[in-house]
Amino acid sequence: MSEAIIEFRQIFKSFNDTPVLRGMDLVIRPAETVTIIGGSGIGKSVTLKLIVGLMKPEAGQVLIEGEDIVPLTEDQLIRVRKKIGMVFQGSALFDSLSVGENIAYPLREHTSMSEQEIRERVRETLSLVGLEGIEDKDPAELSGGMRKRVALARAIALVPRIILYDEPTTGLDPTNTEKINELIVDTDEKLGVTSVVVTHDMRSAFKISDRIALLYQGKIAFTGTPREIESSDLPLVRQFIAGTMS
Amino acid sequence: MRNLALAIGGQSLRMLELLGGLSQLTYQTFSCAVRPPFNLRALIQQVDHIGVKSISIASVGATFTGLVLALQTAYGLGRFGAKAYVGLVVSLSMVRELGPVLTALLVGGRVSSGITAELGSMKVTEQIDAMRAMGANPIKKLVVPRVLSTMLVLPLLTVMADILGILGGMVISRHEFQVDYRLYYNAVTRNLTLADIVSGLGKTVIFGYIIAIVGCYKGLETVGGTEGLGKATTATVVTSAIIVIISDFFLTKFFWWLEGW
Repeated sequence: MSEAIIEFRQIFKSFNDTPVLRGMDLVIRPAETVTIIGGSGIGKSVTLKLIVGLMKPEAGQVLIEGEDIVPLTEDQLIRVRKKIGMVFQGSALFDSLSVGENIAYPLREHTSMSEQEIRERVRETLSLVGLEGIEDKDPAELSGGMRKRVALARAIALVPRIILYDEPTTGLDPTNTEKINELIVDTDEKLGVTSVVVTHDMRSAFKISDRIALLYQGKIAFTGTPREIESSDLPLVRQFIAGTMS
Repeated sequence: MRNLALAIGGQSLRMLELLGGLSQLTYQTFSCAVRPPFNLRALIQQVDHIGVKSISIASVGATFTGLVLALQTAYGLGRFGAKAYVGLVVSLSMVRELGPVLTALLVGGRVSSGITAELGSMKVTEQIDAMRAMGANPIKKLVVPRVLSTMLVLPLLTVMADILGILGGMVISRHEFQVDYRLYYNAVTRNLTLADIVSGLGKTVIFGYIIAIVGCYKGLETVGGTEGLGKATTATVVTSAIIVIISDFFLTKFFWWLEGW
C-alpha cells in the first residue's frame, strides 16, 4: 500500500458549540480519487477546507505528504497550498478579472513566468478543460458549467498534486454534469493527481471515484470502492444510496 | 432589569469584539504593508476608485457648506459690526473642523460602504477563500491598498474641500453682505496659520484609516449571504461615522496639545 498523501487523524471540529466532526480518520493515497458523501451540513466541505488549511480543527492532525499542517501559520501554509488546487462549489471566480486573468492569478502569485509564458499556460489549461478562446470573457458572461470548468482550469494552472472538488456538479443540468464528471476523470488520468471530491450526487460518485467514503455523525462510517458500496448490505449505506438517509 | 443588564452586556461584548477585530486587522494590515512585494498598481487603482470618484461629492458638500457658513457667520457678525471678519471665521471653521469632518463623513459613507459591499460579496461567494487557497494573502491583496489609498486621498480631498468652502464663503460675503473680495482674502491669508492646516489635515489621515479599516473589517466578517451583506453595509456606514465623530474630539484635543507644546 502506498504512503498516504492526505491523512486525517482524530479530527474534531465544531461550529457554535455544535460538533460537526467527531474523531474523523481518513487516509487518501497518491493518485487515487476519493469521493466523500454524506447528508447536508455534516461536514463534507469542512473536510476539504481542512486539507487546504482554510479551517483548523480543534483537535487532531491533518497530514499532507506526512506533514501536519494544523500548527502552520498562514505564511507557512502557502508552501502547502501551492501543491493543492481547489474547485469551489460556486466556482469562486474573481468577478473583477477576466477568465484569462483568473487562471493567470496563481501563476503570477507563485511563479516568475513571463507574460508570454503565462498566456501560453492559460491557453493550455483552457484547452484541457475544453474552453479554448475565452480568455477575454468576464466570468459573468459564462454559464454555470463553463464557470466550473474555468474554476478547474484555474485549479490546475500550477500543476498541483492534489485537486479538491466541492460539489462540482451541484446546480448543473445532466449534460453539464456528465461533462464535468468526464473532465474530472480526464484530469486525473492526464495529470496523475490525487483528487478529493465532495458531492451529494451518487451517479457522479460512482463514475469518478476509486473509493467512496461515507461521512456520518462526524466520522467516516464506511469506505470502499464503488462496487463495494453498491453491493454493501449496511443499512446506512443502502439508505444513502436510496436517498432516504436524513 | 435582568433584560436591561443582558442587553447592555451583549452590546458591550459586541463593541469589544469590534474593537478587538479592528485592532487585529490593523496590525495585520500594517505588518503586510511594510513587507515586500509592494503592489503599486493596486494602490493606484484604489486611489482612482476611492479618491478621483469622490471628488464630485466632496466638492458639492464643501461648496455649499462654505456658502451656508458665510451666510450664518456674516449674519451673526453683522450684529456687532464685524462682517469684515467673516473670512477669518469661515476659513478657520473650514480648515480646522468642517472641511476634514464633513469630507470624512461624506466620502466615508461612499467609500466604507463600497469597500464592505465589494469585500463582503467576495466573502459570501468564497472568492476570499479561493484567494487564500491559491496561496495569496487577502489582507495584502485587498485590505492594504484600500487602507493606504484612503489615508492618502482623504487629506487631498480635504484640501480641495477647504479651498472650495472658503471660495464659496467669499462669493456669498461679497454678494450678500458686500464684503470686499480683497478684505475677505486678507482676513483668510493673514490669520490662517500652518498649525491650523496641519491639525485639520492630520485628522483626515486618521479618518481615512478609520473609514477603510471599518469597511474592510465588516466586509471580511460578512456572513449570511445577500441579507448579511446588506446588514454589513449599513453597519459599516453607521460605525465608521460614529468612530470618526468620536475620534474627532480626541484628535482635536491632541492637536491643541501639540500646538501648545
